[in-house]
Amino acid sequence: MTVPPLLEARNISLTRGDRAVLDNVSLSVGAGEIVTLIGPNGAGKTSLVKLCLGLVKPDKGTVARAPGLNIGYMPQRLAVDVTLPMPVARFLSLWSRATRAEMVCVLAEVGAEPAIDRAIQTLSGGELQRVLLARALLRQPDLLVLDEPVQAVDVHGQIELFELIGAIRNRRGCGVLLVSHDLHLVMARTDTVICLNRHVCCQGKPEDVSRHPEYVALFGRHADALAIYHHSHDHSHADDGCVVPAGQEHTGHGDHHGCGHDHHHHHGHDHAHGGHRHG
Amino acid sequence: MTITIITAMIMRTGGTAMDDFLLRGLLAGIGLALVTGPLGCVIVWRRMAYFGDTLSHSALLGVALGFLTGIGTQTGIVLVCLAIALALTLLQEQRRLGSDTLLGIISHSTLSLGMIALAVLGSVRVDLLSYLFGDILAVGDADLYAIWGGGALVLALLAWIWRPLLALTVDEDLARVEGVPVRRVRLGFTLMIAIIIALAMKIVGILLVTALLIIPAAAARRFAKGPEGMAVQSALIGVGAVAMGLGASLQVDVPTGPAIVAAAAALFLASQAVPARG
Repeated sequence: MTVPPLLEARNISLTRGDRAVLDNVSLSVGAGEIVTLIGPNGAGKTSLVKLCLGLVKPDKGTVARAPGLNIGYMPQRLAVDVTLPMPVARFLSLWSRATRAEMVCVLAEVGAEPAIDRAIQTLSGGELQRVLLARALLRQPDLLVLDEPVQAVDVHGQIELFELIGAIRNRRGCGVLLVSHDLHLVMARTDTVICLNRHVCCQGKPEDVSRHPEYVALFGRHADALAIYHHSHDHSHADDGCVVPAGQEHTGHGDHHGCGHDHHHHHGHDHAHGGHRHG
Repeated sequence: MTITIITAMIMRTGGTAMDDFLLRGLLAGIGLALVTGPLGCVIVWRRMAYFGDTLSHSALLGVALGFLTGIGTQTGIVLVCLAIALALTLLQEQRRLGSDTLLGIISHSTLSLGMIALAVLGSVRVDLLSYLFGDILAVGDADLYAIWGGGALVLALLAWIWRPLLALTVDEDLARVEGVPVRRVRLGFTLMIAIIIALAMKIVGILLVTALLIIPAAAARRFAKGPEGMAVQSALIGVGAVAMGLGASLQVDVPTGPAIVAAAAALFLASQAVPARG
């Protein structure tokens, strides 16, 4: 890679009290790249995100952002007090000088256009996530940082959201740093997976990580859930190992439903990637 | 209704010198309500009602400080409120006790200490009741200027930090990521509460200041579609409560501060009968 990454964290260590939250962690996200951070609760994922956003300073190591890097951050959740009357349009205008037409446009991009005049507290989990994504996109970000974006969203909605994030990456060419503790469905469009448990257990292409002994040890029998979703996408691999999904570039919603059904067929993950190199 | 009451009161006063104090009281109350309306909305949104209560209870200590040092009661109140807010922030960062417990401790101990300090300063003539419940009819010209001048200052400051304040009310982390100077905005907001407590003490007294912040805002929630609308409506409801309370205390001989708060409570109850929007 000749282009310098958008964001690069090197040898980060973070201690809280006498507990090591992060130990010698490195990660980088390049333009157009989707990096997924997975790990169990308490693995330090949110701390790492806060370090990347500049909200927390590391005890050791450095975080370098590309000059003038514009980050669009989507928080884990948003609990707006019910006493605060806040229509979606007003919420979006808190963070940018966007016109109403621009808001309609970006809400349409994430499929949440009808919500524009609704009170933000009345949105469903999925609708709220889409509005939060729209908010991040209004900043015209070079890098999207999404902290557990599919929380409180049903499985079908999760697939749609991940498809949406993949489509946004393709359309806008921005980098994406995605955090998840939910192992299902995460991987399909990810370029790099980093498995975190205070230190980096393993990292690489999704299919390599899913076979890594440390990953399997950490997630046990649930580990194969990754592969199941993966296969259902019927994608192929380019020579460099990048995932090239079949039926690429999002011709609509048709393929989402396919995922939803195939999801439950239990393929073993050892055969479907026959011939592909092992990590 | 409000206008009728105000007109009726001005008619009754008939411009005689004896009734000037009514007009001054009314103007002071209106000036205060115009500021406590919007400010109270933010307190309600941020769930800081008890925080405001704690600061206002500590105001008595500020009165004592003002007497003791000769800097004046209002300056004393602002200084003590800021000190208490700072101490509270530091204690909350320790995370040893819940916020409500800390607020309870500080609220009641500062109120007691304030009373003790005023009792010790027995040489100064102090009307404790008027500090606790206000004495709107004793408002002088200087008080009137202080309320309108200080009120305008607070409103200008509030308008200046309105957007970042709303942003961090919605989500503090998000605001920080977007470059909102969270600490400074919070400090500015605390300063505004401190100034308002100092100004409001004369009108409704330190025990009832929070009511003027919270109740009109809570009543306005019923009608508001957006934050700015709620702020304006809260101010208007506060003005209505001042007029009604003053009018009621004129008709029936009851203490004015409590009458204003009771009027605000009546308006709140009436607002609950209106079907909700947004």
